[in-house]
Amino acid sequence: MNREQPFDISAVREVIAARRDMPGAMLPILHGIQEAIGFVPADAVPMIADALNVSRAEVHGVISFYHHFRQQPAGLHVMQICRAEACQAVGGEMLARHAEQALGCAFHETTADGKFTLEPVYCLGLCACGPNLVVDGQLHARMNIVKLNQLLQSKREIS
Amino acid sequence: MNAPMTVYVPRDSAAIALGADAVAAAIVQEAQRRGTEIRLVRNGSRGMFWLEPLVEVTTAQGRVAYGPVDVADVAGLFDSGFLQGAAHALACGLTEEIPYLKNQERLTFARVGITDPVALDDYLAHEGYAGLRRALGMTGADIIKEVLDSGLRGRGGAAFPTGIKWQTVAAAQAAQKYIVCNADEGDSGTFSDRMMMEDDPFVLIEGMTIAGLAVGATAGYVYVRSEYPHAIATLNQAIEVATAAGYLGSNILGSGKAFELAVRMGAGAYICGEETALLESLEGKRGVVRAKPPLPALQGLFGQPTAINNVITLATVPIVLARGAAFYKNYGVGRSHGTLPFQLAGNIRQGGLVEKAFGLSLRQLLEDFGGGSASGRPIRAVQVGGPLGAYMPPTQFDTALDYEAFAAIGAMVGHGGLVVFDDSVDMARQARYAMQFCAIESCGKCTPCRIGSTRGVEVIDHIIANQNRPQQVHLLRDLCDTMVNGSLCAMGGMTPFPVLSALNHFPEDFGVVAPAGQAA
Repeated sequence: MNREQPFDISAVREVIAARRDMPGAMLPILHGIQEAIGFVPADAVPMIADALNVSRAEVHGVISFYHHFRQQPAGLHVMQICRAEACQAVGGEMLARHAEQALGCAFHETTADGKFTLEPVYCLGLCACGPNLVVDGQLHARMNIVKLNQLLQSKREIS
Repeated sequence: MNAPMTVYVPRDSAAIALGADAVAAAIVQEAQRRGTEIRLVRNGSRGMFWLEPLVEVTTAQGRVAYGPVDVADVAGLFDSGFLQGAAHALACGLTEEIPYLKNQERLTFARVGITDPVALDDYLAHEGYAGLRRALGMTGADIIKEVLDSGLRGRGGAAFPTGIKWQTVAAAQAAQKYIVCNADEGDSGTFSDRMMMEDDPFVLIEGMTIAGLAVGATAGYVYVRSEYPHAIATLNQAIEVATAAGYLGSNILGSGKAFELAVRMGAGAYICGEETALLESLEGKRGVVRAKPPLPALQGLFGQPTAINNVITLATVPIVLARGAAFYKNYGVGRSHGTLPFQLAGNIRQGGLVEKAFGLSLRQLLEDFGGGSASGRPIRAVQVGGPLGAYMPPTQFDTALDYEAFAAIGAMVGHGGLVVFDDSVDMARQARYAMQFCAIESCGKCTPCRIGSTRGVEVIDHIIANQNRPQQVHLLRDLCDTMVNGSLCAMGGMTPFPVLSALNHFPEDFGVVAPAGQAA
């Protein structure tokens, strides 16, 4: 998602219109917006508040509570590395440190060239074959530093 | 030999993460290249993850397994005649004869790995919907009695008798009641819920439908964590198929009874595995824990009576109804009836899913099934029951896996996840992580959890840095006492379990000597 590119407000409107009447519509709307445009922009907050008849603070409160929702666009590729116990037991932390070094950015950050966002994830449910990570929605199990480097290289070539 | 050979390549996300999609594509391509006709089935995983991707072929003797298969192995497999079950370096023999599988008691997971998860015919051919058919001829009270008599307890970790929860919901008067499935499986080291949803979704749907009939609920939600997109997609597909075939909807199998089901996605909040936080989240709010009472059974989703159960609990209901309460109750020991799908995770050679009756020892799971650590080094600690479970040292490995035996030594069976660590682990770091995780994931409603976890990280840092160590250890115990007794839910109330068990069983990692008579 290009940072300068304005988001598509009509996509936000469509999601809200399609989902506002669902019981407990807030999370489905937020998911829909993030799926459509990659993040939940600040300008969407009053639109959602209006549709659901709640305050802007409540909408903001929900967005900021859940780790999954982004308030800014992510880098071109999103890499989430599992930091939980089962992956720790098989070298997950070493892999996490290597990813930070290889990308030159810390967790919760995006690389200067905007190509990668690095995030922690707490369990992907692949705990018998760790360490695990997910890049752009693709799961990778039994990772090591060599495989991580190959994966980063292949992603760098797609830009 | 005119019928095409059937080849199975799992679609379970762990198999996919290990390359199953590429292997499946390579098999199809290689078969085409050789002009060999095959039928490819994307089955669930057998749960032997050190062998994934595990490819199976049907032979006259039964299914023969090969694994772990890499794309580079595919041509060689064809050359050696694997379609006829021929010998190969990766051959594991008849799948059902692999000791890891053969020595299990698969009740809840009876079909997992065998069937195509979204093929209703396959489900029906393997005893699927036998439980619902029986339940449709029973009163709600009789269904509940069956579940109560089976001894089934909540498999999410709290182990509350399922039948009692259902009785409460059934007795409540309301125009609308709900069944909610807690599929927010956030505990590291657990994946049985994920496998159930990805590899046999119809059994969960059937279990929820039976629950609806039992308590008089006509609507249900499955709340699945956002980290499980494959499970969400598979469940949605299965719900569509079940609805089209009349197993869900306004008139289930022409009975006049209704049950509608929808999947909702979480958004990356561990606390939403706590049932009241989950209900808040389903209602579209922050996942903040509610004070109890009122119980969700009386005032749950949207303020209505709600039966909220874990995936495995609900997925076990069909076999209880199909085979009867006595059949199920005969498995297990003491007050822990039936089976639990244990999950061997972390540093373990043969990681995977092992469904066994309660009562076997931790050591049997770790050694007989797990085959020791993956690194080959001695196992030093096992965390049982997720991030809120105790770290157990080898001296406790002979403890029988049953709810009461574990509770007696300050541990918990929980959801049946085992995370294995070898002797390279630093238990002070693990204790610190437990507090840190609580700080990251606390909902913030109660002070012991919100503030206590942050203070806990600081205190453990002081202990690690050897700053006033004896006082800091005293302070840590005091803090844990406050969290255990003062927290609103299990998040703050049980984070001290891993912390204190690490401190008590592995004091040398904290630079302290074990206090006399101190047990976890």
